[in-house]
Amino acid sequence: MKTCDLPAYVVADLVNTKQVSAVEVLEDTLERIREVDGRTGQVDAPVASSEDDLSSVHAFTLVTEGYARKQAEDIDKLIKNGEYAGPLAGVPYTAKDIFTVKGIKATAGSKILSNYISPYSATVVERMEEAGAVMIGKVNLDEFTYGSSSESSAYKPVPRNPWDTTRVTGGSSGGSAAAVAAGEGAISLGTDTGGSIRHPASFCGTVGLKPTYGRVSRYGLIAFGSSLDCPGSLARNVTDAALTLQAIAGQDPRDNTAADVPVPDYLEEMEKDISGMRIGLSEEFFRVTYFDSESMELVENPIDPQIREAVLSVAGFLAQQGADIVMDVPLPHTKYGVPTYFVISRVEASSNLLRYDGVKYGYRTEESFDDLRELYRKTRGEAFGVEPKLRMLMGIYLSAAQFDKGYYELALKARALMRKDFEEIFDSRGKYRLDALLTPTAPSTAFPIGSVYGDSVMMQYSDQLTATTNHAGIPGLNFPVGFDDENLPIGAQVLGPDYSEGVLLRIARAFEMVTEKEEWRTKRPPILSKIGK
Amino acid sequence: MTDKISPEDFERLADLASLELPADEAEYLCKELNNQMLSIEVLESIPIDAKTGSAAHGIPYDEFNSAIPREDVSSQDPNRDEILKQAPELEDGYIVVPDISHEELD
Repeated sequence: MKTCDLPAYVVADLVNTKQVSAVEVLEDTLERIREVDGRTGQVDAPVASSEDDLSSVHAFTLVTEGYARKQAEDIDKLIKNGEYAGPLAGVPYTAKDIFTVKGIKATAGSKILSNYISPYSATVVERMEEAGAVMIGKVNLDEFTYGSSSESSAYKPVPRNPWDTTRVTGGSSGGSAAAVAAGEGAISLGTDTGGSIRHPASFCGTVGLKPTYGRVSRYGLIAFGSSLDCPGSLARNVTDAALTLQAIAGQDPRDNTAADVPVPDYLEEMEKDISGMRIGLSEEFFRVTYFDSESMELVENPIDPQIREAVLSVAGFLAQQGADIVMDVPLPHTKYGVPTYFVISRVEASSNLLRYDGVKYGYRTEESFDDLRELYRKTRGEAFGVEPKLRMLMGIYLSAAQFDKGYYELALKARALMRKDFEEIFDSRGKYRLDALLTPTAPSTAFPIGSVYGDSVMMQYSDQLTATTNHAGIPGLNFPVGFDDENLPIGAQVLGPDYSEGVLLRIARAFEMVTEKEEWRTKRPPILSKIGK
Repeated sequence: MTDKISPEDFERLADLASLELPADEAEYLCKELNNQMLSIEVLESIPIDAKTGSAAHGIPYDEFNSAIPREDVSSQDPNRDEILKQAPELEDGYIVVPDISHEELD
């Protein structure tokens, strides 16, 4: 087996004990990228059309080979000098192109930042480097993270799902999930504002951890919804997710919302017994409620029955391990998660996007202009795609005094109610006293490319089962639990109270161990069989 | 059913967002905004009692988790030139801002 297919914790051990060099690991990973990734995403490049394009992953917007080689050589030097090179020594990782890395392009998948080179690094990137990890590139995403399929990026071709390249990766951290699934880096840094780590993780069969808001610093993250944004990780197994969180979690003087809460030993927490834990199931998470513009009515649809069955089967496995499964847990405000998200995220996004002006940095129109206003209008009209435009326009509509109908205030109250729903089920003296809630991550498995994109309402409802987590600020973890009859991965998520990442990792690890010998665990993305791996 | 966001409202929004939009794109964006409004209006049906407060953040920040504010001191960024280099137009170390339009107010 090539090192690019090994877990990060195994690679780090091999590198630290001189059984393999960080440069050798890097070479394996670069070879994998050349074999499966195809054309790297470029702004305004043609969409996928050739046979090679259609059967490639296209996870990357930039492969940072020189940068990674220097890092890997430095790791090897440290080890040669008898020093310990860190818990992620020589582990290749990718960063969603929403994180800044000093001296490297940070585009947010947008033309408006297509020439922007960051003069500083995100705190999480610095912490990954301190832990010995090697950054091999930036990966594609929905433009400014706005979407659930990664199709809205200005960087074409957009990522394709390694399990079936006619399907989307999910989003917005789609490049992250696809890269991890295809062995193009063991770990990827992603962000989750309404489900953007967990959703693509479920579509691509990886682990995806959205930590508690404030558990991980947002410094160096290009902002979307500042009260919702959460950096986290995607990995192929639970141990690697725990190792990554250990590396990136904790206070940061450069982000005042990074909480002053001690960081536990997640590897130790992860290995504890789940016996006696109370894990809930809620019917509200097995259906999707949305407003149908055809019938002009609220419609309630059950999620894909194969996903329901898979999640209930997880509950069965956890019960066998001694967990107490609590049925019919009420979370009555779950159905308001997306309408609330439509309001809060848009208002925050419009505020964050007004800084891109063609004056200080980034793209500027090549057309002539008479004054500053015209420069703004032309630059922004040309360089933002439809998703950022929609979010700005809606954000302004909902917050400008001249249009104000009170929806923002209503949404903040709905958010308080969603938070209260979770507080009640996790209250240790309450009726339910849950340690965690087990739910499906998404209402469907990966859908065909182009089948939803363009309908901004239906795309948003893909996040109905993840968005309430962000409104409440609590942590959530997606883990792979099997496949549907089209061989597409199914993901389940566990949600817990503030700062309970250790508990969530423990539950996912328990499931991982008890299903270790299951046939579905041996499946590999077809894109790898094609190259004989 | 009447659209919440009329073409006139849309024009004003595009102006506030500083976006010059081709007609076909404007039509698509306006249609999608109105579809999104149908979903947003669902919020009006939530039973909310007078005691329900507003949550600007999910997690409350209190003495348990709040970070201590850092010292309020200024410092010279070591990357001054690199930062300035990002600007499309520079003159003697300053960012050039095009003429600012002036509108006569009624």
